Amino acid sequence: MMRRLLPFLFALPLTAQAIEIRHFDDPDKQQRYERLIEELRCLVCQNQSLADSDADLAQDLRDEVYTIIQSGKNEEEAVKFLTDRYGDFVLYRPPFKVTTALLWIGPFLLLAAGGALLWRQVKRRNTADDLALTDEEKKRLERLRNNLEG
Amino acid sequence: MRYLIPLAVFAVMVIFLGIGLTLNPREVPSPFIGKPAPMFALPQVADAAKTLSRDDLKGQVSLVNVWASWCASCREEHPVLLQLAKQNIVPIYGLNYKDERDKALAWLQRFGDPYTASAFDPEGKTGIDWGVYGVPETFVVDRDGVIRHKQTGPITPEILEKKLLPLIRQLQATPS
Repeated sequence: MMRRLLPFLFALPLTAQAIEIRHFDDPDKQQRYERLIEELRCLVCQNQSLADSDADLAQDLRDEVYTIIQSGKNEEEAVKFLTDRYGDFVLYRPPFKVTTALLWIGPFLLLAAGGALLWRQVKRRNTADDLALTDEEKKRLERLRNNLEG
Repeated sequence: MRYLIPLAVFAVMVIFLGIGLTLNPREVPSPFIGKPAPMFALPQVADAAKTLSRDDLKGQVSLVNVWASWCASCREEHPVLLQLAKQNIVPIYGLNYKDERDKALAWLQRFGDPYTASAFDPEGKTGIDWGVYGVPETFVVDRDGVIRHKQTGPITPEILEKKLLPLIRQLQATPS
């Protein structure tokens, strides 16, 4: 029984979308619209995209994006419509600015710092005296050499 | 030395996280501060034959308060607005957001009407143009129709005394 139901489980959509049915005169526009609302952030449920949010405002903003895209304008104009009103906050991918520099570069800085730290540790360990032979080991090496040669 | 670096990293993290705790994540900085108020011309709530538009805001410092009868926090701030209206310091214009006229009128009748006039925006289009995302919101607009401040969420007596009134007085004192 379970085995027979399993394929259906995988057939279920993984992301539930709070979405109206939209009609586009061009499948390309539909694609652009769907991509856009995934990338724009809802201001009411701030951890959801416009596509996921069921908030009233998200629905209104989807309407606006739809109207803009359907009228033949490009994505930038839809994004500008929203950032003009709500600021960069609506973008899940904020533009690179002085105020967002740390956000963008931060991870790489941390990676570089971590790398440098690791490098130093490894280097120190390589040159450290624990790699040098102890007196006992030297004697043993000597003995082995003698055995081989003798 | 061995403990100094982790300690310094820890201290920096504490500072950053500490600052983070004091910020309000619901507060989205408005891109309108310092910019002219967005254009609008809507029928008034009390009288559909009359319009309220951006031009009505010009010539005096004013407050634009976004409200709705369905909005619970609006009731919370309502006494503060009524009090302010009584003092005759600054005209309060309402933007009735995504509401129904009957309900809006009934609400004003029941709780009092602090507004010089309220614009009726049932579809919320003007609300979107003003960047409204959580009612109530209040904008301080200067004499030239430029937005100077935005308060998201209900106005408390403290916010009014400490933030809004000083700003309003300052704007009223500066000649346009």
